[in-house]
Amino acid sequence: MSGSLSPTEFRVPPVDAVALETRCADLATRSIKKAAKVQGLKLAIAMMDLTTLEGMDSPGKVRQLCQKAMRPLPSRPDLPSCAAVCVYPDLVKIAANAVAGSGVQVASVATGFPAGRTDRRTKLREVELAVKAGASEIDMVIDRGAFLSGRYGVVYDEVCAVKEACGEAHLKVILETGELKTYDNVRRASRIAILGGADFIKTSTGKVSPASTRPVVLLMLEAVRDHYLETGKMVGVKAAGGIRSAKDALRYLVLVAETCGDAWLTPEWFRFGASSLLNDVLMQLEKQRTGSYQRSTDFSTD
Amino acid sequence: MSVPVRKTYKLYVGGKFPRSESGRVFQPAGNDAVNVARGSRKDLRDAIVAARKGLATWSGSAAYLRGQILYRLAEMLESRRDAMVTELRLGGATPAAAKKELDNAIALTIWYAGLCDKVQSLLGSQNAVQGPFFNFSTIEPTGVIGVIAPDAPALVGTLALALPLLVGGNSVVALVSERAPFVGMALGEVAAASDVPAGALNLLSGHRDELAGEFAKHRNIDGLLVAGAPDAELTQAAADNVKRVRFCDLSKASWNNVEKLRALSWVEPFVETKTLWHPVAP
Repeated sequence: MSGSLSPTEFRVPPVDAVALETRCADLATRSIKKAAKVQGLKLAIAMMDLTTLEGMDSPGKVRQLCQKAMRPLPSRPDLPSCAAVCVYPDLVKIAANAVAGSGVQVASVATGFPAGRTDRRTKLREVELAVKAGASEIDMVIDRGAFLSGRYGVVYDEVCAVKEACGEAHLKVILETGELKTYDNVRRASRIAILGGADFIKTSTGKVSPASTRPVVLLMLEAVRDHYLETGKMVGVKAAGGIRSAKDALRYLVLVAETCGDAWLTPEWFRFGASSLLNDVLMQLEKQRTGSYQRSTDFSTD
Repeated sequence: MSVPVRKTYKLYVGGKFPRSESGRVFQPAGNDAVNVARGSRKDLRDAIVAARKGLATWSGSAAYLRGQILYRLAEMLESRRDAMVTELRLGGATPAAAKKELDNAIALTIWYAGLCDKVQSLLGSQNAVQGPFFNFSTIEPTGVIGVIAPDAPALVGTLALALPLLVGGNSVVALVSERAPFVGMALGEVAAASDVPAGALNLLSGHRDELAGEFAKHRNIDGLLVAGAPDAELTQAAADNVKRVRFCDLSKASWNNVEKLRALSWVEPFVETKTLWHPVAP
């Protein structure tokens, strides 16, 4: 039932959990101040997939989100736009119209997000429709049921099939690390997704706790780096869910720089999936500019 | 054999007792052997975040409950009489003055505890209007209020400024006496034992010169109550973010006179009035 790859291809080196977490904690102590902080925060905005994935999303909310992604703070035209907006498939068309011509991409979750528990044909059709509606990036979820029961081939095949259905669109593969339980599983899922043709590997849907944690992202960055060293092919990483503070965002950027190098420090190879993070970053940028701590109600929500 | 345990005076933020994030301490004049956390502007920032959360809990709880909690604060002051007197003595008070100040503090707390469930009736009103409407004015808290307490009296000074704000439903971030911070910081221990919700009352110690300006500049503080003569620099910094500022420049005699410290006029400056129109049923 597995695809064209031998199961040995999915073998990964075991993860030293203590070393991983220690390295993460060490890198978190790095102090980034003043001009470097401002640069880092601007980069974080440029890397952001501004996300709304609620059952109560409305066309109006999505249009507002698109405005915010294009001009995060109207009084600061020097700030970059976000990389993308991330919405459910039925709202892709509205988002695509709203951001047309701005350079902001439209990402759509698909394949039975967030649980991924639908039939393969339904998943592929969903991807095709989202791409047709104007999504230039597709965020798929892996089949965790298959993964956790050891049917790695099924997961791999599905990533391959979705990649094909994406056509020109970029594919981000959500591992949902909160459900994978162990670091070894995360490392293995990363490898499967990369082999399957993922352009990005992404931590979480944001619907499961814990969502993105720094050790997990460090591990995924290591998987990406090792793949690059092995094949010369770059793959991106997206940290999504639970990243709410500017300080946290900067710590992620340190992980990227220290693990994969500066080449990955662009929106092309690293992304944040977030909604409330943007306002905190804006507040910190305004704090740096004015010298005063800001009030959250001065910044637009959605 | 007993082992002497020296206390390091810590901040009281969000119901916890952290050291300053800066790691700094200072020794108030005349007490070279006592370390007190020297709060930084980042400690203030953290306290404001805690106070924002505390505001929702505190202002959302029933007036009766707020009254009970403040009453318990008085109970705790009473049952910790010895400890509080020791803290006051450490700040330089004579035994008689320390006892007197604690008596005043308890009297003040009891009075404000009783005011909690009455303040809405006293400051709100039903208004006569032209037309078939009931018209009510009700009061709401202003929000997160910064307090800069006087150097003396160390305990009554902090309570006299903070209690009326709490009665109005506000949450408070107070910078206690710089010269004698001991009893102010011990107040945190009393509050923590009194069911005061985390973040409703936060206490910082540190240098007034360093922190007062930060209180005024911070955009997420809604009001500022300062002990001392009006200070144009603070007013100007606060005006930039449309923050309400009040100065109270009391004489020593007034600070020691409970009658002057308990009045509705202490509550009034930091509540907002909301007016509701309701049609009269035919």
